[in-house]
Amino acid sequence: MIKTKFDYDYYLRKNTLPHIWCPGCGDGIILKALLRAIHKCGYSKDEVVITSGIGCASRLPGYVDFNTIHTTHGRALTFAIGIKMYKPRLKVITISGDGDALAIGGNHFIHAARRNIDMTLIVFNNYTYGMTGGQYSPTQPLDSYSTTTPFGNIESPFDVCNLAQAAGATWVGRSTSYHAVQLEKFMVNALSHTGFSVLDVITNCHISYGRRNKMKSPVDMVKYQKEKAVPARSAENMSNEELMGRFKTGILFEKTDKPEFSSEYYKKLESIKIK
Amino acid sequence: MSDRIEFRFSGSGGQGLILAGIILADAAAIYENKNAVQTQSYGPEARGGSSKSEVIISDKPIEYPKATKVDYMVSLTQESFNKYINDVNDNGIVIADKELVTDLSKAKGKLFAIDMVKSAREELGKLLGLNIIALGVLVELSGVVSHESIEKALMKRVPKGFEDYNKKALEIGFRLGKEIKNNK
Amino acid sequence: MSKDIKLMQGNEAIAEGAVIAGCDFFAGYPITPSSEVAEILSNKLPKLGKVFLQMEDEIAALGAVLGAALGGAKAITASSGPGISLKQEHIGYASMCEIPCVIINVMRGGPSTGLPTLPAQSDIMQARWGTHGDHAIIAITPSGVNESLYETIRAFNLAVKYRTPVMLLTDEIIGHMREKVVIPSKDELEIIDVKLPDVPAEKYNPYNFTSGKVTPLAPMGEGYRYHVTGLIHGETGFPSQKIDVIQNAENWLIDKIYKNIKDIEKFEEFMLEDAEILIVAYGSTSRSARQAIMMARAAGIKVGMFRPITIWPFPEEQILNLSKKIKKILVPEMNMGQVILEVQRNSCGAKVYGLNIVNGEPITPDQIFSKIKDVSQL
Repeated sequence: MIKTKFDYDYYLRKNTLPHIWCPGCGDGIILKALLRAIHKCGYSKDEVVITSGIGCASRLPGYVDFNTIHTTHGRALTFAIGIKMYKPRLKVITISGDGDALAIGGNHFIHAARRNIDMTLIVFNNYTYGMTGGQYSPTQPLDSYSTTTPFGNIESPFDVCNLAQAAGATWVGRSTSYHAVQLEKFMVNALSHTGFSVLDVITNCHISYGRRNKMKSPVDMVKYQKEKAVPARSAENMSNEELMGRFKTGILFEKTDKPEFSSEYYKKLESIKIK
Repeated sequence: MSDRIEFRFSGSGGQGLILAGIILADAAAIYENKNAVQTQSYGPEARGGSSKSEVIISDKPIEYPKATKVDYMVSLTQESFNKYINDVNDNGIVIADKELVTDLSKAKGKLFAIDMVKSAREELGKLLGLNIIALGVLVELSGVVSHESIEKALMKRVPKGFEDYNKKALEIGFRLGKEIKNNK
Repeated sequence: MSKDIKLMQGNEAIAEGAVIAGCDFFAGYPITPSSEVAEILSNKLPKLGKVFLQMEDEIAALGAVLGAALGGAKAITASSGPGISLKQEHIGYASMCEIPCVIINVMRGGPSTGLPTLPAQSDIMQARWGTHGDHAIIAITPSGVNESLYETIRAFNLAVKYRTPVMLLTDEIIGHMREKVVIPSKDELEIIDVKLPDVPAEKYNPYNFTSGKVTPLAPMGEGYRYHVTGLIHGETGFPSQKIDVIQNAENWLIDKIYKNIKDIEKFEEFMLEDAEILIVAYGSTSRSARQAIMMARAAGIKVGMFRPITIWPFPEEQILNLSKKIKKILVPEMNMGQVILEVQRNSCGAKVYGLNIVNGEPITPDQIFSKIKDVSQL
């Protein structure tokens, strides 16, 4: 599939750089992994559409040379569904933060999964609303602190992957911005999958999250990712106590026999179309 | 014909009154090239409650689309009879089913209580088509459209296999209408 | 050739108009009294090889419409009351990013859940000002079923031509009533289609704030890669916080509509030549007004009507000119006083009276006639 030598510059809109992300942020690592993955998949720049919502992660599309849509808060998947259904030949990728995808956009998340529409959602999961100053998000761990949980979080967080699988997504995986090589591999996998694929990427916001949770520096946070990540296979032999405070990584779920929405739709059209 | 003739079908949701109104409007607008406007009002219930369907027919453009001085009203429930009879014209004609509307104390205009349900039961074997009987009665009484036009409009909207059944219902309506005319 | 005439419901006429206009895409969410638009298009569009989607909520519906429109689709959504409130953020997004789309609002009584199956005209100001921030919008108020069909087609044309959301404001009466419609053949209509830009991809900017011309929106996936954002952006589409860029961008959103008002405006004048009382009425209320005018004329009162068909941008110039000649203006509307504010703002030296009835029934000719008599005595 790879036609040319990979070159970041080919995919970046260099006139829009520097990006807005803080030094030490994990989002840049995910961006680079995404570009490498797209290159490996051999997609042309014209056939890729990237939609995003609002938040730090959602600024990504502005920096990359594809058809890019920076939409409204939480609604990136709805735009993605619209363009995918109208032009199913396009490769549609949605970038969303944890608050964007699972709080304000939670409804669209579960329904995109239910439909099993052929798109990839990459959740930049840093447990916080970084852009608005570090409020708690629906993935923030119990007992951790934020600007709106000054006494510790008592709300149970969502597990992005469990939610995606339960709602009907047919490819579900998790990696971190620390595991950059694995991340790229999973992205290739997710993008190549036919159906709705969700990749949960644990990433670091030391400014808004780490600082308030004894992980002041990017290094602290990267260490956290390295130490808390448990490969799914290893997790099988671990007790619940051992898994407390940690997260599984790997391709956690894959299903290939569930009908995909856009192709089912056009198949249906063939049978009812006025000839 | 007069500038504006107002029809009202009233009863409960599920009796097919809106369809009856549409067929009448269609017969007038499409097959007789008159102006016709059909409206309805209903509550939140899909079945039951009071509902009405109105048709205005005129040779001139129809502006206000709802009935205000009803010339012909048919009523297939007591509740709708009580609720919708108020704005019947003094010379208006009101047709109520003998079995379904028993309390006629609120009567207005010229009232005729007739056997639509009974005829349906005896001649059609079921109550399906009561709306079409009512339609036949109003067409016969008003003469607003020809038998031919209403039959064409009816056939356009009848599911396959039910053409004869509905034609029969319409004929029953014509006959009941004629009986009223003869007894007037 | 004999004309194709059909008895149709207002909502059906909108669906029919959308199909004639070349609509490629519908996304919606069930809500009364607009649901028939969705139901009918769910049957028509797939047969034409086009897309119908019922989304998970109202917000998603307009999001999907805008996504499809960015792909080059002629796209439409339909809703009412609460649904239109929910769509407001995406209406602003469509304005800001200049994405063509048609939004049907079959108005019902409000606020909140209000009167789901009863009519009102209470979303006129919402149509203009509902979303946050400065912007302009086109809104159209047809008065009947036939006009619903033709104005839906015009709404698509204006949306594509000016790259803007266009709202069609009907109401429960028009949406649900049936009357005769003359179905046009395609060759007797002007249909504005989505086109590729006439510059090569490397020279394409998705926006142009200064030339006065609306840049065509290149369908995504055809080689014109660009960025779309709801942030204030420059002509390249990328966000900007430069003061001159911001001002130009804001000016443009207003100017592209208001400087083209002659092309966008549409209205009807009825018996105005000798009128001593002017009625300004729109939508279903204008039907009653017309009947009331005939009643008043028969009683010797000289009344005429100005009926905006394009309600936004508001026909400011026409109201100003009429108000110089006619010194009494009556504005009947099924709300507590919305268009009357625009009439007052734009008229000069005339007394403006309102007739505001919001009881779930259309305003009757008798009610307007009686108000005309009152006004004629004042």
